[in-house]
Formats: sequence, structure tokens, C-alpha cells
Amino acid sequence: MSEFEIKPGLTGASKQLNFENSKGVVRSAIKRGRPTLYTSYETSMQMVNTNTKKVWLGLLILFALSLPFTSSGGWLHAFTLLTIYAIAGIGLNLLMGYAGQISLGHAFFMGLGAYTAAVVAGDPARNALGFGLDLAIALPLAAIIPGIVGLIVAPLATRVRGLYLAVLTLGLLFIGEQVFKTWSGLSGGAGNGRYSAQRILFGIDLNANTYAVGPFIFTPEVVYYLICLTLLIALAILAKNIARSKVGRAFAAVRDRDIAAEVMGVNLYKTKTLAFALSSAYAGIAGALLSILIGTITPEQWNLFMSIDILAIVVIGGVATISGSIIGAAFVVLLPVILRELTQFIPWLSVSSGGLINVFQLQTILFGTLIVVFVTIESRGLFGLWIRIRNYFKAWPFSY
Amino acid sequence: MSANLQSATTATESTTKKLLEVSNLTLKFGALTTLDSIDFDVNESELFAIIGPNGAGKTSTFNCLSGVYKPQNGSIKLHGEELIGKKPDVIAGLGIARTFQNIELFENLSVLENLMLGKHLKISYNWIEAMLRMGRTRKQETIVRRQTEDIIDFLGLAAVRNTPVNFLPYGVKKRVELGRALAMDPALLLLDEPVAGMNSEETEDMARFILDIRNELNTSMIMVEHDMRLVMDLADRVMVIDFGKKIALGTPDSVQKDTAVISAYLGGATDEVIAEFAGGEV
Repeated sequence: MSEFEIKPGLTGASKQLNFENSKGVVRSAIKRGRPTLYTSYETSMQMVNTNTKKVWLGLLILFALSLPFTSSGGWLHAFTLLTIYAIAGIGLNLLMGYAGQISLGHAFFMGLGAYTAAVVAGDPARNALGFGLDLAIALPLAAIIPGIVGLIVAPLATRVRGLYLAVLTLGLLFIGEQVFKTWSGLSGGAGNGRYSAQRILFGIDLNANTYAVGPFIFTPEVVYYLICLTLLIALAILAKNIARSKVGRAFAAVRDRDIAAEVMGVNLYKTKTLAFALSSAYAGIAGALLSILIGTITPEQWNLFMSIDILAIVVIGGVATISGSIIGAAFVVLLPVILRELTQFIPWLSVSSGGLINVFQLQTILFGTLIVVFVTIESRGLFGLWIRIRNYFKAWPFSY
Repeated sequence: MSANLQSATTATESTTKKLLEVSNLTLKFGALTTLDSIDFDVNESELFAIIGPNGAGKTSTFNCLSGVYKPQNGSIKLHGEELIGKKPDVIAGLGIARTFQNIELFENLSVLENLMLGKHLKISYNWIEAMLRMGRTRKQETIVRRQTEDIIDFLGLAAVRNTPVNFLPYGVKKRVELGRALAMDPALLLLDEPVAGMNSEETEDMARFILDIRNELNTSMIMVEHDMRLVMDLADRVMVIDFGKKIALGTPDSVQKDTAVISAYLGGATDEVIAEFAGGEV
């Protein structure tokens, strides 16, 4: 590892700071009275690098784990949808937030993942193509196949940027929708749709039984929520690792200054291609999970509206933050549910037609307004708002 | 005394080793000839300066060296290896680092991340290892972080280590950009107007950094600069270009007295003016 030797020149300060292989052995005299002092680069570069963050993250995960046992059917469906949308949001954030490549084709890759899973793990006896394999095979394939398609599309997409890229990916979305509609052996045809993958994971039929462990009752819905939550946590960690590595820095470099990035040794083509493939793989998994949640999928549902929903997650949650994508997903998924609950109390708001305005219309207006507000005022989204609030209380009682 | 002499002769011997050889470099944009058969070479651990009026082709020369522009003709050889036709990221890997005239930092990243980007090519783990953050990734990230801290310390950036670059004042940004180029451990460092728009104090700091880099790291540098005092004080040799043509090359003293240079800067100078400038203090 000769390339990593420290240069003899400069100040040589880094040599003095090499505490016992950077494992954080520091004389207590230095540390005294400063329990939060970082004593090695490794601890300062940890994903969760303060005790406060560790505690809150632990509580949040506990809360997420307890949700299915405390909420009713409709809410549980919404929470499952939240985890799935968060995965899709993280995928788009890698591409759009970190690498700066706008994509409106995310729904196409979600659809691709959904159909991959449906074909691999679908019931062979039903109306469309299906091999009836295990989800343990179908889910990885639902990431790999969209990833490969992303790789194939990337050479086109790396040539253009900005608005042109948005139009190009929009075209991809329409081509995809057309393919899904006409290939009825795969999708069941326009207007009909098909059944999604069977819920068989590692040979266990998830729909068959309800388990009770102590006070906790694991219905099939609860089990599915927990699977989605586990996948979300795992995929969020992987994405965070990418973001804070050489690869994530290269993404951001390409986003901020592509010429300077190239002069630093970043290969633009490879970096953008990787961003596309990764993002498509995330979308694929999300699409597969979504299809299994809703049971029946139609070729029309992988449309621009779904892409915009995911885009809203990224913009509202916060560009280039992984946790922001989860906050954004919570907002985008739970807002309609909350609005629907509100119809009981607000007379002019109705669930379907009639009344002054219905839930769907209000939700569209709210999303539109919020995207405009966040883009113009706080580009870091809800995550940015949180940082502002945190910094205010950190500095309190001073203004900065 | 004799020991001194000996070290002096070995020093001159080592400086005669050619690091960069540029010959017949020609760059055209349509009918416009931006660079017209430029020839020069840079020795090991030399501080070479390029000066010239606005639009002379100084930055274009840099863009050719770093691979951003594709010259129509000529050759650029680093350690005897041809650079023309190679992409910027490949040239970066061969050991050329540069700063930009108008700061080209990654605005949304912190100072630390900007500097660590300079180490991009030194890091060998792939994206799968990055995702899992296993052994090699963790080790290399820690080592790179430690090396980066060395540069932060050298340039006095410790206080702004975690600040996003777009919150920093101009002078500090220039320093971060120097640090980012330095992080690449370059064989040749291209500095495009390192003190442009700086006050005298900041200029002095930057001059000190440039000298330190040369003395401690022995890095060869090419500097484009309009601050003549800085150029004349620091540079070993100076090349003057005007309208894409090389009009003079030599030590700062000889260049200052060159009639072609004086007339390039002062317009059609009369013999009297030339005599005045060449004779008196500039």
C-alpha cells in the first residue's frame, strides 16, 4: 500500500494524529471533560456519529417496528406503501439528488421490476406468464433486470443534460408504457392487468398463516410490512454507504461541476452510468414490492403520475439526503390518508366527487404548491427545515 | 564552499531533466487560431510562468494540457508520454492537476469532501465495496481522510473543514482549490491565476504556499498570472504569449527587457519608451 504513504513534506501533522492505528486510543487527559470528542477519523466518519443520533435512530426503528401492532388495516397499508415509496425515493435521489441527472422515467423502471417479479414468482396457472419461483429469487432479479436496462439506456442519457434529459427519460416512460400495454402475455394487456408475484419467501407461503408470538400477532399484512421495512433499512444503509464513499463524491462532483470533476480524474461516463443503473435497480425493487402489496397490476399505472410522486418525494424530502427521502415518502404517502381522515371534519372536502373539492384534487394542489415552495425557498426540503430547526436550538440563545 | 558549489551543480543538473515537453502546439476554433505553434518545456521542480495580455491564449494552453481542449496539431509529452488525444480523467491519472481561473469547486460539498475528491484516483475500491463499506473501503477512506487532514493543516483550513464551499469567502475558496489540486499528488501543478482578485495579504499567503509546495514537495508548477510582481519574484522562467504566439521565453529579468514583450503590453512602443523601460526599474 505504498500509494497511501504520507508525504514527507507538508506539516506531517497526520502522523502525530495516528492514535494507535486510528482506533481511538487517547490519553484521558486530552479527553477529560469532553466525552463527545472524536478521537479517530474512523469514529468521526461513522454513519451515525453522535450518541444523540444513535439514540433517536434506535427509537425511530423501534417505533417503526411497533407500528403494525398498534395501527389498523388502512394505516398499515399506508405504512407499507411508505417503506416502498421510500425505497423508490432513495433510488431516484441517488440519480437526481446526488448525481444531478433528472429522470422522469422512474415509474418505467418500477414497472419493469414489478413485471420481472410477477413473471419470475407469478402463479403459472394464472392468466399471464409466470414461473412460480420463490421471492428470494424474484426480488434480486427485480433489481438486476431494471439495473441492466438502466445500463443499456445510460449511454443515451449521459449525452444530454438538464431539460433534454428530462424529455429523454419521459420518452422512455411512454415507450415502456406502450410495451407493457401491447405485450399482453407479460402484462395481461391494457385495461386487464395481471396478478403479481406470489407471496412465497424461502418456501414459506406468507399468506397462509397468522402467527402469534406473545402479545404480538403477525398477520400476513404485518409480516409483509416487516419485510418491506427490513429491505428499506438495508437499502438505505447501502445507499448511505455509497453516498459517503468515493462513488458518492464522484456523483456530487459530476452534479456540481462536470469539467472540474473530469480534471480531478472522475470518468463522467462511468459515473453517470453507474448512477443510472443503481437508481433503476432501487426502482425495480420498489416496483416489485409495490406490485405484491396491491396484488393486481395494470400496464397503465406505471405512468408519469407515479414518476411525479417519486420526484415529489425527492424534492419535498430533500435533495441529496437519504433520510430526507424517507421523510419525503412519509409526507407523500401519509398526506392523502390524513386528508381522507379529515373529510369527516371538513364539510367542503369530500372523498370522491361532490363538495367543493375532493381529496385527490386537494392533494395534487398541495404537492404542486409544496414542490414550488421547496424548490424556491428551501432546496434541501423537509430535511433542510429540520437542519434549520436543529441549528436554531444548537445555537440557542444566540441567533448563530 | 566546495560543498555548496557541488550541491548547486547537482541542483542545476536535476533541473535540466525535462518533465513536460510541448512542441508545435496549435489550437484553432474555426478560422480563429487561439494557439499558434507554441513550444516550451518545463523541468523537474521548476516554477514556470506563462504571462500575456488578455485573450493571449494562456488558459487555452492550460485547457490543452489538461485535456479539456483538443488541439489540432502538436505534441504534449509528460515524462515522455503523449497527452494529446487522452481524456481529462486519464491525464489527471498521469499526474497533472490544475486550478481554475474562475473557481470550479464542488459548491455543495464541504471543504473536506472537495479535498477528498482530489484523492479520487488514489482510491482503488469499487462501487460494490463502497456499498458494503467492508475492510478495504474503510481502510482507504481513513487513510485518505488522514492525508487530507495534512493538506487542511498545511493550508490552514481546519476551521472551515466541514463547511460547504459555497459559504466560504473568495480567498478561502482559492485556497481550497489549491488544496484539491495538491491532494492529487501531482507531478505537474497548473495554477490558473492563483491570486486573481486577492488583496495584498491574501496574495502574500498564496505566494508563501506556492513556495512551500515547491520547496517541500518538489512539485513542478506552471503558473498563469497577471500579478507581475508575483511572477517576477517566484518564477524560474517566464514565457510570454500574445495572440497565440510565443514572443519570449527566459528568466524573469531577460523577459522584462525584451522589446517584443514591452510592445505587446504597451502597444506600439517607440524606441524611447522601450529604452526607458528596459533601462529603468520596472
